[in-house]
Amino acid sequence: MDNENSVIYGLEFQARALAPQLAEIEKIKFLIGTQSLKQANNQIHVIEFHEETSIVETSVFYHSEGEIWKINTSPTDPLKLATCYNSVTGESSCSMKTAILTLPEIESSDTIENLEIVTKLDTSIFGSDVKTTDFHPTETNTAVSLTDTQLILWDISGSEGKNILNIPLEGKNSPKFTNGKWNPHQNCSQFTTATETHLKSYDIRSGDLAWSIDNAHNQLVRDIDYNMNKQYHLATCGDDAFLKIWDFRQPSMPVFSRSDHSHWIWCVRFNHFHDQLVLTASSDARVLLTSTASVSSENILETCASEDNEELETKQKLKDGPLQWCEHEDSVYCAEWTPADPWVFASLSYDGRLLISHVKKSLKYQIML
Amino acid sequence: MTDKKQNPLDINGPNFSPNMYLDKLFKESNLKQIMDHENEVIKDTQTLHSDMQTLVYENYNKFISATDTIRKMKTDFKKMETEMDLLASNMSSITSFSDQINSTLHDTREKINKLSGVHTLLQKLQFLFKLPTTLKSRMEEKNYIQATQDYLHAQRVLQQYGDMPSFQGIKSDCESILTELKTELRKQFANPNASAKDLAESVDLLLQLEEPPKELCLEFLSCAEKRLSEQLVMLKDQSEQRDIIEFVDLGCSGFLSDLCLVVASFHDMFINRVNIENVESSDIFENFAAVELDSFVKQNMEKYFNLVQSKVDSEQDVGDTSTLVQALDKFYRRTELITLCKDVDFANYATDIVINAGRKQCKAHLQILKMHFADMITKVRQTLTTPKLITQDDSSKNLSELLNSLIMTIVEKIKGVLQDLVVFIQPDIHFAQKSQFKDSFCVDNVREGLIVCFMHHFTATARSFCSKGAADPKIPPTLLLLLSKLCLDFRNGSVRFLLSQTDELFNIYPKYNAALTNENEINNTMQESAQELLNYYVRIQALNCSQMLRKSVETRDWLHTIEPRTVRAVMKRVVEDISAIDATVALLYEDQGNVTEHSSDSSRKAHSISVSKHQYRSNWSSYTPNHLDSALVSNMHRLFSERIEIFSSVEFSKVSILTGIIKISLKTFMECVRLKTFSKYGLQQIQVDTHYLQLYLWRFVADENLVHFLLDEILSSAVHRCLEPALMEPSVVDIICERG
Repeated sequence: MDNENSVIYGLEFQARALAPQLAEIEKIKFLIGTQSLKQANNQIHVIEFHEETSIVETSVFYHSEGEIWKINTSPTDPLKLATCYNSVTGESSCSMKTAILTLPEIESSDTIENLEIVTKLDTSIFGSDVKTTDFHPTETNTAVSLTDTQLILWDISGSEGKNILNIPLEGKNSPKFTNGKWNPHQNCSQFTTATETHLKSYDIRSGDLAWSIDNAHNQLVRDIDYNMNKQYHLATCGDDAFLKIWDFRQPSMPVFSRSDHSHWIWCVRFNHFHDQLVLTASSDARVLLTSTASVSSENILETCASEDNEELETKQKLKDGPLQWCEHEDSVYCAEWTPADPWVFASLSYDGRLLISHVKKSLKYQIML
Repeated sequence: MTDKKQNPLDINGPNFSPNMYLDKLFKESNLKQIMDHENEVIKDTQTLHSDMQTLVYENYNKFISATDTIRKMKTDFKKMETEMDLLASNMSSITSFSDQINSTLHDTREKINKLSGVHTLLQKLQFLFKLPTTLKSRMEEKNYIQATQDYLHAQRVLQQYGDMPSFQGIKSDCESILTELKTELRKQFANPNASAKDLAESVDLLLQLEEPPKELCLEFLSCAEKRLSEQLVMLKDQSEQRDIIEFVDLGCSGFLSDLCLVVASFHDMFINRVNIENVESSDIFENFAAVELDSFVKQNMEKYFNLVQSKVDSEQDVGDTSTLVQALDKFYRRTELITLCKDVDFANYATDIVINAGRKQCKAHLQILKMHFADMITKVRQTLTTPKLITQDDSSKNLSELLNSLIMTIVEKIKGVLQDLVVFIQPDIHFAQKSQFKDSFCVDNVREGLIVCFMHHFTATARSFCSKGAADPKIPPTLLLLLSKLCLDFRNGSVRFLLSQTDELFNIYPKYNAALTNENEINNTMQESAQELLNYYVRIQALNCSQMLRKSVETRDWLHTIEPRTVRAVMKRVVEDISAIDATVALLYEDQGNVTEHSSDSSRKAHSISVSKHQYRSNWSSYTPNHLDSALVSNMHRLFSERIEIFSSVEFSKVSILTGIIKISLKTFMECVRLKTFSKYGLQQIQVDTHYLQLYLWRFVADENLVHFLLDEILSSAVHRCLEPALMEPSVVDIICERG
């Protein structure tokens, strides 16, 4: 719709891994990992977006270990990132691995460097597939890897990750994890995972199941995201093309539910600042920005404020529903907000095209004023 | 003036002037004429003269006789005067004599007067002395009227002389008898067999006996109430055993007529008569009585109405409308006729009861319809779940029959209900003419409350299958399809038919009444439900296929697979399932246009395949050399092809439904392929599979290119995900597919 206020950055390779640089709150930086079975070709692109000039500045690094399925960045160290990659090991065999890498502090513009593995995380004994490796939101030396059957807590201070705790997934018909994420609230003691159509949240201090939401979606749950500004609220999306927001204290019903995509939703993200803005990426080749004003944290603030201050009452509240969308040519597997600017987001489609977009000005004013 | 002018010349006139006449004559006539005229005048004068002479002669004798008569009269009158004087003297002597006689007789006459006075007094006294005994005997004879009259005769005397000792006895006797009489008369009130006339008589007598009317009227009413409540109790007892017509008859003949009688006699006795006697107090009393009567009537009617209401309510469940209507009609007519109270129109109450009954009846019918509908749905569901219906061809033909019978039964059922309800407004039904009833019944109850409400229930029920579907996977998808078609068919005719039928039967003019639910409104909801159901059906069916495809891709180890020799069983299964769906959908949606397009022209079929193959191969061959090229081709392709909406809304046609299902399934296939890594043989297996799907799926969809495009995408995705991308010879693929 309004591709005119977005910037396109194209890659040569197919890609399905995108992450904002979480620890960088000054510059708008995104990381992309490519997916090519020709191992040596795989790259990590670090993209810096200059908002005033709309110029994209990139630095490219090789990731020769394998094709990248997932990138996560450290929320504490701007240079650290974790990748889940598929490494071709022989004529007709490959295996999923995960590792923690670090970006060089000084970039040499002449040659393309290979990124250095800081910490190896050996998951081979825990499962054949690695879904994600996620840094602890506050503790620098803690991370979690999620294989298809186990949750592994690492101490990543050394060059080899030390396995502190592992929690196997139990259930009938050998269920598999699909994705996972730290709960940023409650002292970050919970790690929430998606398995088939259910959500399971584990207390990583004891390894017990903290809570679960069964049949959150009719079909596979693809992604989870926590609302940074509202405890207990998390968003889920899945193959039934639904975006749902849950208060996990009431697992029976979602507090918000919409289906605006016409195919699976692969990714859901709350805006870090204005959590009524939710980004979803779908394989119908669209990225949707949806308003969930009715369940946002600003909704509460507003109602509190309006009691003593009548001026605030005149503020026009956003209606629930889609606000704006970006069109891609292929399925979109990733969409991310940048922590540096509340109004900028990026989306990556499978054909290797990154779109950096702004929230429409009218919406921006409506939310701010 | 003319007279005066003429007159002097007129010979016979009184003002004749001889000179003027002569002058005129001389002036105007010649000599001969004058001479002639002279002769004439002379002749005239002579005849006049002789005439005068004869006249004098004739009248002379008459004068003579007249003078004679007058003279005679004079003598007669003189005689008469003397006789008159004589008479006067005689008369005066007569008056003196009569005065003398009068004075002598005066004393005796006074005595006689006194004596006759004593006589009448004695007679009265005798009557008084006899009074107690006569009263007693009257009482014994039960001749209360006479007794009262007798007493009333004596009453004043008794009042006047009651304190004299000789009369005291009589008075007390009378009074005791009188109280006895009064109690006797009051008993009449309580006597259930006493006719109204008797009662009126009693009240009349009591009033004559100067009983306080207020007390009387209260007493009267309480007695009447007692009797009426007996009637009501009786009615209540009977209400359970008798049917409603008998009940209403009973109520009319028993209670209502009694009430009427009571009111009529009350009017006669208290309200109309009192004002004769005492104008001032009667007004007050009349008001009092009227108020009492009103409240009495109101109370009793209320009780009666309650009774009728409960009876009508209890009767409702049975559902025999015509009897109910007959009974209501009887009840209404009867109630309408009586005007018991000035300010309360009981017809309104009766109308309320009738309206209530109508509403209840409609609600009952609606309930029955709903139940029936739910039953039908469950029945259909059961027939659909029994597996033979879906698999066996001959029995699955029943699907359209099932649909038709479903529509037929629903429509018939509603028609039946309408026929049943139309009895309420038959022209011979009295209350049906009341606009108050008609409006609320026809529009609010029948049309809105029953028909429209049922339609809404219908769509709501249909929709509930979509929303509930998530929790209840047991619903056979065919049911969704059937319901969707049902809604659609309803939209396309039955709704209009039923509404117009209703409007016609109940004389509703929707054009003039904006408050009525519009046909379009219902049609829209029908359409929406149909769409929702169909979309849901497509999603469910596609999910089944997708699930199969997803599992088949996810569970296989594509890196260590052998060279493909056959099409994988899953693909065959998918094609089979889609064919089955096609067959099922075809039963309900016949696509005339597309059927001819696809099947009638065999040459086109061959052509289309060859074209597609050509296109296909050209794409494939381009994949092999390097990745960049293939990516370019697919990107070009994507650039020129339209965006495909995967979970889009489907149209009401077979092709659209199947296209929807296939689209979703193939998209799933592609996404799953992208998540895997393939070896050479793995890729070739995908190649075989997609080719197989290509061969069988194109005929189900409207636009073959869509299938080509999606399958191309799958294959190119697989090529990308392959460690060693090398495709099979297309001819080998063909052979494998044909063998499979």
